[in-house]
Amino acid sequence: MASSFSRILSSKRNIGILSLVGGSATVGFLLHRDHVSAGSPVRRRYPASAEYPDLRKHNNCMASNLTPAIYAKLCDKATPNGYTLDQAIQTGVDNPGHPFIKTVGLVAGDEESYEVFAELLDPVIKERHNGYDPRNMKHPTDLDASKIQSGQFDERYVLSSRVRTGRSIRGLSLPPACTRAERREVERVVVDALAGLKGDLTGKYYSLTQMTEKEQQQLIDDHFLFDKPVSPLLTCAGMARDWPDARGIWHNNEKTFLIWVNEEDHTRVISMEKGGNMKRVFERFCRGLKEVEHLIQEKGWEFMWNERLGYILTCPSNLGTGLRAGVHVKLPLLSKDARFSKILDHLRLQKRGTGGVDTAAVGGVFDISNLDRLGQSEVQLVQTVVDGVNYLIECEKRLERGQDIKVPPPLKQFK
Amino acid sequence: IMPFGNTHNKLKMNYSSEQEYPDLSKHNNHMAKVLTPEMYANLRDKETPSGFTLDDVIQTGVDNPGHPFIMTVGCVAGDEETYEVFKDLMDPVIEDRHGGYKPSDKHKTDLNADNLQGGDDLDPNYVLSSRVRTGRSIRGFCLPPHCSRGERRAIENLSIESLDSLDGDLKGKYYALKNMTDEEQQQLIDDHFLFDKPVSPLLLASGMARDWPDGRGIWHNDNKTFLVWVNEEDHLRVISMQKGGNMREVFTRFCTGLTKIESLFKDRGHEFMWNEHLGYVLTCPSNLGTGLRAGVHVKLPNVSKHEKFGEILKKLRLQKRGTGGVDTAAVGGVFDISNADRLGFSEVELVQMVVDGVNLLVDMEKRLEGGDSIDDLMPEQK
Repeated sequence: MASSFSRILSSKRNIGILSLVGGSATVGFLLHRDHVSAGSPVRRRYPASAEYPDLRKHNNCMASNLTPAIYAKLCDKATPNGYTLDQAIQTGVDNPGHPFIKTVGLVAGDEESYEVFAELLDPVIKERHNGYDPRNMKHPTDLDASKIQSGQFDERYVLSSRVRTGRSIRGLSLPPACTRAERREVERVVVDALAGLKGDLTGKYYSLTQMTEKEQQQLIDDHFLFDKPVSPLLTCAGMARDWPDARGIWHNNEKTFLIWVNEEDHTRVISMEKGGNMKRVFERFCRGLKEVEHLIQEKGWEFMWNERLGYILTCPSNLGTGLRAGVHVKLPLLSKDARFSKILDHLRLQKRGTGGVDTAAVGGVFDISNLDRLGQSEVQLVQTVVDGVNYLIECEKRLERGQDIKVPPPLKQFK
Repeated sequence: IMPFGNTHNKLKMNYSSEQEYPDLSKHNNHMAKVLTPEMYANLRDKETPSGFTLDDVIQTGVDNPGHPFIMTVGCVAGDEETYEVFKDLMDPVIEDRHGGYKPSDKHKTDLNADNLQGGDDLDPNYVLSSRVRTGRSIRGFCLPPHCSRGERRAIENLSIESLDSLDGDLKGKYYALKNMTDEEQQQLIDDHFLFDKPVSPLLLASGMARDWPDGRGIWHNDNKTFLVWVNEEDHLRVISMQKGGNMREVFTRFCTGLTKIESLFKDRGHEFMWNEHLGYVLTCPSNLGTGLRAGVHVKLPNVSKHEKFGEILKKLRLQKRGTGGVDTAAVGGVFDISNADRLGFSEVELVQMVVDGVNLLVDMEKRLEGGDSIDDLMPEQK
């Protein structure tokens, strides 16, 4: 199902500018022609300099890297599916960003976006992924959960453990660009495959358009239900079109393996359980992912993946592993220590509130997860979380005992 | 180029029409009522010359199923040709929305304020303010759902150039949204002139808010009685307003101003989108024809509580809104009363309906204040 992404389709730029003096005759002309071709749209065309977005008040990775020269070079290119630069950057143009939080500011409409618009995407990836250079580095994939050491946390501190990632189906456009039929095809392919899962992974699909009120309430109570995106970062990229058509949630009967279909990516895959057995969570994660991959391959499909960028997802921030492994952990004392942020930073961890990204911590309970996604394997990242969280718990215990703590030396970026 | 999806290319033709047809089973808008699978199949491979497709037209209606009681339009135009290329969809939507207006009907334009009778003496004890607004599109440019940044900026530049040439009581100044100082912004807010980035999902889903606030701005005359919005929901929204009940003066300034602006654009080689059948062409099919909403803020605490208030308004071809505009509630018995129609009646005819209708409503209010009946004042259906 791989498309040949070396084909770069240059859309024909119609040089003829409509001149509209004395328009009614012109209008009559326009109204009576046949309008069926996509190859030569008649439209006012402006030079790249007149189309270049005003990014002076912007603070996102796209704005930092999209020079007028790069814009001019890429603005009339399109992927084989017809996705353009303006579409890719629209979310970043519409959302200037926050002075303190640097968003990515662009998305991929398909796998080929990462090739066709590489001149912009490569520096964005490098900036976002702490120096990972797609031009000369390779991304390691490792889903062998047996390699994880000390993956059981002290459950007096760790309340729950979770690993998530995303997967895209090669050959179908991504959420910002997909047509309704493509989106429905993604749903069909994935749901079909999930129906083949057995044992502890046996489960059921709940389509957003068809779930009963009871099912909906249960999914809300289980904290499984996802809602139509409200974040302008997502809506401006076109990901919420046609909601809730072809969106749904699948989970196993034990409620420890969950898949979101057609939310921000083709699929989001989540393994979770209460308590601190991160090793088991990751083991199920890897097993489930491999099983699903095998099931779609039987039908002639595969995931989007390459050596340069690992697993391909909609947002460049999720390339590589697309993996966020995290825990909900009680750190009331450590979180008040002035060194908390620095410790996290050195351990390559990030904190969020327990509602997820953009929420605040409640009762000293934090969501702690890996910062990195690309350039290290799944095993490496989960080990980082395991080691890091164990260290944080040690710090908390020491503070409980009135002992001092140390800021650990910073971890190396790429192993 | 449409920002959303691959709607501008032939990718979707790889799938059958059934596979692409939207699920409209929970929808209640004009588009959903009209767009059958057969119509979708017939229109889906068409594009306007600028590349606007059927899926572009209907996206806002697919994304916003609507409200059980309020019927939204559910489709937009990306350029003038949309109304022609997709007439199989647009004509029945227009007919349904504009009271049976047929594809063969002709729309009359009349911007001669002298043809208005009376209207200069709506009782200012009840009528707090009077306002007339419309929209205009510049022929040859794509409309807000579809225009590129270059086009939008060109529209802005043309507009600034033309408006800067206005003189006399229309002389004024342009405030670009992205350049205004805090002071200017506050003044515009205090004057109730400033428009904000759209938040309504009806507008957002159609792509009208892209690149905000690039290319958007507000022009008003020094007297603050004539205001033009640039690149909000339409290329231009033109507003004439003042306190009190002299609707005639408001409408006269409106017509004079519009006519002057039109000729200033023509001097620069551009004209407004207009044709005999649809009148002035705007982004939303609901604003075709005159695009005109003439209205007053009027105190009707008693009439508004009368059981026949809704019926009276309907007979007078008027609609009520809260004083915050569409989708707001009335405060302190003060209502925004305006014409319900846009297409099939001329500007003069519509303003006449408002003038006559409001005069009647104020008479009714006075009667009810005095404890008297209004039965003999009940109007016929206009």
